[in-house]
Amino acid sequence: MMNEELKDKSIGIVETKFFTFAEPPKELLLDGGQKMGPITLAYETYGQLNRDKTNAILVCHALSGDAHAAGFHAGEKDPGWWDTMIGPGKAFDTTKYFVICSNVIGGCKGSTGPSSVNPKTEKAYGLDFPIITIGDMVDAQKYLVDHLGIDKLLCVVGGSMGGMQVLQWVASYPERVKCAIPIATALKHSPQQIAFDEVGRQAVMADPDWNHGNYYGQSQPEKGLAVARMIGHITYMSDQSMEEKFSRRLKEKNYSFKFTTDFEVEGYLRYRGDNFVKRFDANSYLYITKAMDYLDLSGDKLNPSGKKIETRFLVIAFRSDWLYPLYQSQDIVRQLKTGHADATYCEIKSTYGHDAFLLESDEETRLIKHFLDKTFLGYDVKRT
Amino acid sequence: MTFNTVRQDYRIIYQIIEPGSRVLDLGCGSGDLIYFLAKEKNAKVQGIELSEDAIYKCVEKGLSVFHSDIDSGLIEYPAQSFDYVILNQSMQEVKKVDFVISEALRIGKKVIVGFPNFAYWSARFRLFFKGKAPVTVSLPYRWYNTPNLHFLSISDFKDFCREKGISILDAYYLGKKGLARFWPNLLALDVVFVIAQPASPKI
Repeated sequence: MMNEELKDKSIGIVETKFFTFAEPPKELLLDGGQKMGPITLAYETYGQLNRDKTNAILVCHALSGDAHAAGFHAGEKDPGWWDTMIGPGKAFDTTKYFVICSNVIGGCKGSTGPSSVNPKTEKAYGLDFPIITIGDMVDAQKYLVDHLGIDKLLCVVGGSMGGMQVLQWVASYPERVKCAIPIATALKHSPQQIAFDEVGRQAVMADPDWNHGNYYGQSQPEKGLAVARMIGHITYMSDQSMEEKFSRRLKEKNYSFKFTTDFEVEGYLRYRGDNFVKRFDANSYLYITKAMDYLDLSGDKLNPSGKKIETRFLVIAFRSDWLYPLYQSQDIVRQLKTGHADATYCEIKSTYGHDAFLLESDEETRLIKHFLDKTFLGYDVKRT
Repeated sequence: MTFNTVRQDYRIIYQIIEPGSRVLDLGCGSGDLIYFLAKEKNAKVQGIELSEDAIYKCVEKGLSVFHSDIDSGLIEYPAQSFDYVILNQSMQEVKKVDFVISEALRIGKKVIVGFPNFAYWSARFRLFFKGKAPVTVSLPYRWYNTPNLHFLSISDFKDFCREKGISILDAYYLGKKGLARFWPNLLALDVVFVIAQPASPKI
């Protein structure tokens, strides 16, 4: 059933676990001022935590990701979303490191979110779910890290929104992160990024089935969410990658002279949109994109204490990424230089656009493997 | 790679830098020099480099590097962040030399500048007798494929320092075999200068 080739280099069968905390009256205080609890986080772990608990790596997922980052769920054909990077001998080598990945709060893959049942009403939260921030997501992850008995994470890593969580970890809990790898991300969304998110949200909310977020048990706002995802996919690719992937190729021999899907690119976007609604909750899409728009770690907010940044950094960006352009990663680097941080920055040449962070695993591996080894083993620069 | 096999200019710069120094190498390439400084002299090193492939090689050595050009990579560093800023064989490739040098002098207590000498005797010979642009061991490129934007001699750089009020603390003239002892502007292929802001602060 599994893809045999992938299975060889994979960590094999994995299971999602669950951790519940913030039971009333010890609820989590959110950035928006509301209290929330109990909260459940879905998470997976790969590899073994060493005796000193110094080899733990937290992987943070992007907008539509989940806790299933690597390996296979029993009976499933496809591996986790970053299986190319996590496993034995891979960039995040599970024979050396203990890798954790959790679904964010507000999500819909096992962690508490708008589609979860509100214990007070016994019904799905819907829009009663409080607005959450990237800071809240990180606070929730900290409970999980505490629960696993880890005092200091060897590394926090993630791309896109995952990278935002990485930066937030350093801003909120600098003493708990030995090294940080933010990939294809930003200290804050630009107006252009907020605009794309807002168009996606409006597409969901314009769907009559959305019904002010109160659609659970009825038909989902599939059309709206699919359109939001289609827009998203356009922004994740580059002009060049779309040209290479689709050009102006037609699905049939000739134009149909109807509003059907003539072009392959149209078919691809529809397929992606339709698939997405099967696995994602429309309200989660609203909450998570809002959280991304609210993040702002510009200026001195990445390093509020103003002390020397002790966390080592590896910042990675991709040249063809126009959704999170190079200047945003350069802004991160600028803050790190000001904070005297030990940092490395690399702009990887790629034509894949923003998607590159999931696709350019050879280049990422080359950087991350050595960076992690050095952080883990200390400043014993390896002889070449 | 051992220390005895590395380039002569690297060995000279290596000897200049005191153990434990904070060092920034502008245009650090594959990081061979700062790797030795980190490994053997316990220096706290950082590099800036434009080539993506060189960045990978630096990271493989465990070095911290920024992927950037030199012209735009220095502004954020606080003043006197480094004991040494190295600008070796990269000054002739930057766009605004005077800006980069003044920035290097701001963020580093001392700046090490190394460059090929355009007034080397065979370069003069080629230009004077053959009427052709110089091609030498230290300037191996042809006029159409050289990365060098600026061509200068040892005397030119000394004039530059005099005009800008920059102190030259030391100079090492590299001939074909070892250091050139006489007439450096004629006999040195490469030169390594150690420069600093003048002792009296500017008003």
